[in-house]
Amino acid sequence: MFYREAGDFKTSYKEDNQTFPIKFDRYRYYAVMFLAFAVVPFIVNDYWVNAIFLPFLIYSIAAIGLNILTGYCGQVSLGTGGFMAVGAYACYKLMTVFPEVSIIIHVLLAGGVTAFVCILFGLPSLRIKGFYLAVATLAAQFFLVWLFNRVPWFYNYSASGQINSPERTVLDIAVTGPNTDAWAKYMFCLVFLTFCALVARNLTRGSVGRKWMAIRDMDIAAEIIGVNPLKAKISAFGVSGFFVGIAGALLFAVYLGAAEAGDSFGITKSFLVLFMIIIGGLGSIFGSFAGAAFLVLLPVLLKNVLVGTLGWPTDLAAHFEFIIVGGLIITFLILEPHGLAQLWRVAKEKLRLWPFPH
Amino acid sequence: MNDMNHDSYVTADGRTIGGVVMEMKNITLRFGGVVAIQDISFDIRQGEIRAIIGPNGAGKSSMLNVISGFYNPQEGDVFYHGKKRKPMRPYQVARQGIARTFQNIALFEGMSVLDNIMTGRLHQMKAGLFSQALWAGRANREEVENREAVEKIIDFLEIQSIRKTPVGRLPYGLKKRVELARALAAEPSILLLDEPMAGMNVEEKEDMSRFILDVNDEFGTTIALIEHDMGVVMDLSDRVVVMDYGKKIGDGTPDDVRNNQAVIDAYLGVAHD
Repeated sequence: MFYREAGDFKTSYKEDNQTFPIKFDRYRYYAVMFLAFAVVPFIVNDYWVNAIFLPFLIYSIAAIGLNILTGYCGQVSLGTGGFMAVGAYACYKLMTVFPEVSIIIHVLLAGGVTAFVCILFGLPSLRIKGFYLAVATLAAQFFLVWLFNRVPWFYNYSASGQINSPERTVLDIAVTGPNTDAWAKYMFCLVFLTFCALVARNLTRGSVGRKWMAIRDMDIAAEIIGVNPLKAKISAFGVSGFFVGIAGALLFAVYLGAAEAGDSFGITKSFLVLFMIIIGGLGSIFGSFAGAAFLVLLPVLLKNVLVGTLGWPTDLAAHFEFIIVGGLIITFLILEPHGLAQLWRVAKEKLRLWPFPH
Repeated sequence: MNDMNHDSYVTADGRTIGGVVMEMKNITLRFGGVVAIQDISFDIRQGEIRAIIGPNGAGKSSMLNVISGFYNPQEGDVFYHGKKRKPMRPYQVARQGIARTFQNIALFEGMSVLDNIMTGRLHQMKAGLFSQALWAGRANREEVENREAVEKIIDFLEIQSIRKTPVGRLPYGLKKRVELARALAAEPSILLLDEPMAGMNVEEKEDMSRFILDVNDEFGTTIALIEHDMGVVMDLSDRVVVMDYGKKIGDGTPDDVRNNQAVIDAYLGVAHD
């Protein structure tokens, strides 16, 4: 009833192009932003931040990154975990080598380093497509993890082979290290997520985004209208790497605090992020959020229901969790192959006409 | 065609045909042992509608692919605006102002009609990655300017009502029209149309013919087209090249070609002795 275009006239192409063309959507967006920035930080506690908000925020960034590469540009990547490791280790090296520089710069630079590495591994995409490219990125995944485990320079020759994030502050408030307040971690990641989502949205609605989608939908036709396939693919790998690198840096520095390449950034991470964008919806920024929320929240929810409500033993519940999550993913993909974003789109189309569809 | 060698002339319907913009000289294209095009030369003049016809497998599409840079011929040269063209990739050819459509539609199915046509204007959009990331300054301005240009084409081809529809949902005839719109958005100096009327009914063909004539008339675009519908070809085109088995068997005005014995033989078949 409130969700409609009627009476909301667009008088310029700028207005017609905006992200949320419907008034109700715009207000909903402002409301969510207000909640996220001005309400949640004051009411969250450690459990909520560590179990739900931080993973959600960080994986959303990673999912946005992978979605740009796979969802928008059509280049399958199974190397997300490895690229996140690049971000984490780059951030760690920068933090320890230049302790006086702000952590914000470190995280952004870590993204830049990852973008570069991602471009290197993306170069074969010019020649190989589909499954073969997936295998090439899989090689990147194993190579990068091996590199970070075997070359001691990356973990500063520490005896455990782990990297630990030292305490760093923003405006005299600790955001990394053991003495960090929950709300500070949350805010730090939220700012990065907001930044990444805005950048991703701007890129995908402009001419760069159109080049990516043209390559995804039909690369021959893209070339015939003047898209340089090399540049388009490389820019997608670069931008994607930048976001994934930021996600890796935040995952290590803010969320985990200590990490080891094989454990924290293994192949399971790659698949986790890939599942997020498939379930959320390929080629949709909203889908990245939805997918991350789904895969972060579902296990928490199941655990609470199985252990908390039904009183099952923890180990049994943990195993059942895998079965249920896996089953749900399959069911879900059969029912809606285009992901949560498509459900959302359909719901919105219905809402436009509700309650008088005829 | 000696009578056509002077620089420009005026057609019966009052359009001015200029000098030669593109010249194919002794083009030979082979795929392994198969000779797809054999020693073909012809030219395309500024502002004309040039048809390439011939039976199936004559090498017409290969010719178009040579012009648009998909294939680089083993022998022969392409002259564009009097200059010999180096072997290029299709996107480089596109940047020189040559746009084309495909025999089987090659639209971006996942994008809206508007976005599809906007991709046609990539050359006009030069904002860098950072400007676009922040949606500030140049990126924003370019988006609006190019949108205005695209809206003109949308009006011209009468597809206003479907501009936000995903292309995948459109019927065949409209898709063909959107593809033409995308090619036009690039403001090409030469427009290549590969069977623009294939699979259309009479009304759709009439619409398409009208659009082709209008494009040629209003924008002064030079058009080279491949088409099987002889009625359409003879009505639309100023000059026709006829190919058969990779060779050129005729070249001239529709009337010349209609009366050419080799062309009649190729189309109707002739007893080989």
